[in-house]
Amino acid sequence: MEAVYTRTNTLNGNLLGFCPGCMHGTTFKLIGEVLEELGVDSKASCVLAIGCCGLAQEAVSYDLATAPHGRAAAAATGLKRTNPDTIVFTYQGDGDLASIGLAETIHAANRGENITVIFINNGIYGMTGGQLAPTTLVGMKATTAPGGRDPKQHGYPLHMAEIINQLVAPVYIERVSCNNPANVRKAKNAIRKAFQNQIDGKGYSFVEVMTSCPTNWGLSPEKSLKFLEENMMKEFPLGVIRDNR
Amino acid sequence: MSNKVFMKGCEAIAEAAVRAGCRFYAGYPITPQNEIPEYMARRQPQVGGVFVQGESEIASINMVYGAGAGGTRSMTSSSSVGISLKSEGISYCAGAKVPMVYVNMQRGGPGVGTIQAAQQDYFQATKASGNGGFKMIVLAPSTVQEAVDMTYQAFDLAERDRSPVLILGDGVIGTIMEPVVLPEMKSDEEVAAMKAANREWAIVGHSRDEKRGFLDPGYWSTDMQEAHCIELDAMYRSWEENDVQVEELSLDDAELVFVAYGTSARIARSAIELLRADGLKVGMIRPKTLSPFPVKSFDKINYQLCKCILDIEMSIPAQMLFDVRLAVKERCAVDTCLRSGGNLIERDDIIRKAREILNGGAE
Ligand SMILES: Cc1ncc(C[n+]2csc(CCOP(=O)(O)OP(=O)(O)O)c2C)c(N)n1
Ligand code: SF4
Repeated sequence: MEAVYTRTNTLNGNLLGFCPGCMHGTTFKLIGEVLEELGVDSKASCVLAIGCCGLAQEAVSYDLATAPHGRAAAAATGLKRTNPDTIVFTYQGDGDLASIGLAETIHAANRGENITVIFINNGIYGMTGGQLAPTTLVGMKATTAPGGRDPKQHGYPLHMAEIINQLVAPVYIERVSCNNPANVRKAKNAIRKAFQNQIDGKGYSFVEVMTSCPTNWGLSPEKSLKFLEENMMKEFPLGVIRDNR
Repeated sequence: MSNKVFMKGCEAIAEAAVRAGCRFYAGYPITPQNEIPEYMARRQPQVGGVFVQGESEIASINMVYGAGAGGTRSMTSSSSVGISLKSEGISYCAGAKVPMVYVNMQRGGPGVGTIQAAQQDYFQATKASGNGGFKMIVLAPSTVQEAVDMTYQAFDLAERDRSPVLILGDGVIGTIMEPVVLPEMKSDEEVAAMKAANREWAIVGHSRDEKRGFLDPGYWSTDMQEAHCIELDAMYRSWEENDVQVEELSLDDAELVFVAYGTSARIARSAIELLRADGLKVGMIRPKTLSPFPVKSFDKINYQLCKCILDIEMSIPAQMLFDVRLAVKERCAVDTCLRSGGNLIERDDIIRKAREILNGGAE
């Protein structure tokens, strides 16, 4: 019988290790499928962030190095500039990309590095157990903001896609989600475009993926999905923010 | 053809790196080493290499981490306070086994300190250049020629061990001009072959039937992390046997032995010439590798004759002193001659101290 749905060859069968209902797994699957479909999985190198994404490092079959917390875009700069034929992407959470690594994120984007940046925004620090992230919603509870995010103390959520959109160099910026099949398809198209741009030598592409963290949101996977759709996606609306041809 | 050229320390180091096959440099401005990034900005494009001015020292070391991870000979440089910012990235290089070379042209500290030459980063360089208890080969040039030769060699050592290597200079070594013989320029073919040899472990994209490149600065398993530390430790021990570089001067008859490195050693050497001319029996141990430290040289001292070992450093408090004491093993007295803050040791300070020790203070 012909298999109509198979696992991407870029996942080697090892446990991804994410919590039930977490969308890191879906995102890795989409990246893998895109790399294979574009025929570049054997040319790909991932510069992985510090965060829950580390749980995937043994489960993917492409080349990979973990960068210091927040510095993936700088490491990717060094890698891509010296290996222009390698397809280089970073995979970073919100603490990594938008807090500790804000400078590296902005400057790599501003230089227009020919890399693909996949940004997982779950509004919380997953790996360390639910601390306040730069993207945590106003009023949303975190272990280090037990009363919820208070703008007087913590300011407002950082909109990274929009901030990067202030820069001249980036060629493609889109915010997507994996909350339903239609959006998963859109997310995959966005990821494909972000890699195609790199293959074509166009420059910097940024895909922000809105995801849930049931474990640290303290919600069931179903309720997390609802929170993602009703709250997170309201603050961070999906869509193409820039697409330079 | 005499191939001696007159060059500033920083520029000579940068040229030596290029000749050794360094094809990626990233750095952030800080005195007294700005001539390295400035030289690299001009030079790298001429040899098909890449220069990036990082947005910070942190970004720069991580660019080098990425370029090194891709198998390219890579380098960064900074001075003292900027090196502090690089420490996490250096630790990642040690943990993930990414070869790279970096230069610290030391200045006064702590804090932003002064911009003048100092040797205030000895502990940072040799004991804790980042978290996790890793070690590095630390080369300490005392002339521009030595800086050139050590830089050229540093890339081979870094690649042999897949480990960071530090060139520990200071503001004098970085800015002084001296005649040097530059090493041979590695050809494009040689540079490409060296990079190809790294492909096996580098992250450049491997096909499905090859083993993937996987550079891992950490482990989920405590046993795997421990095994990694044990493997690194074995390498560090092998350095103690095989990689010590030292200059020993007149140890057989010495009644006083100076221990000094880098710029301090230059000044100590000039003091020895004058003291010896006066019949005073002074020798010197000059570590060229501060790590591994030349412990065995201290066994060559004749402790029947030697009254004192004088640790000479441009650091207050003294730092190398502790390695000296461990190597002397209480076989004789150890004293210090120190300056700090960016002030150079003066030859006359050393001479005065030497006379005090040998003649009981008589000038
Ligand atoms: C320099 C440094 N600081 C702090 C940490 C601890 N740490 C690990 S992951 C993480 C945050 C992860 O959050 P995020 O980037 O949002 O990714 P997620 O786990 O949610 O996917 C932190 C602070 C670290 N590893 N290194
Ligand atoms: S803690 Fe959150 S982000 Fe991390 S794996 Fe679990 S659900 Fe996913």
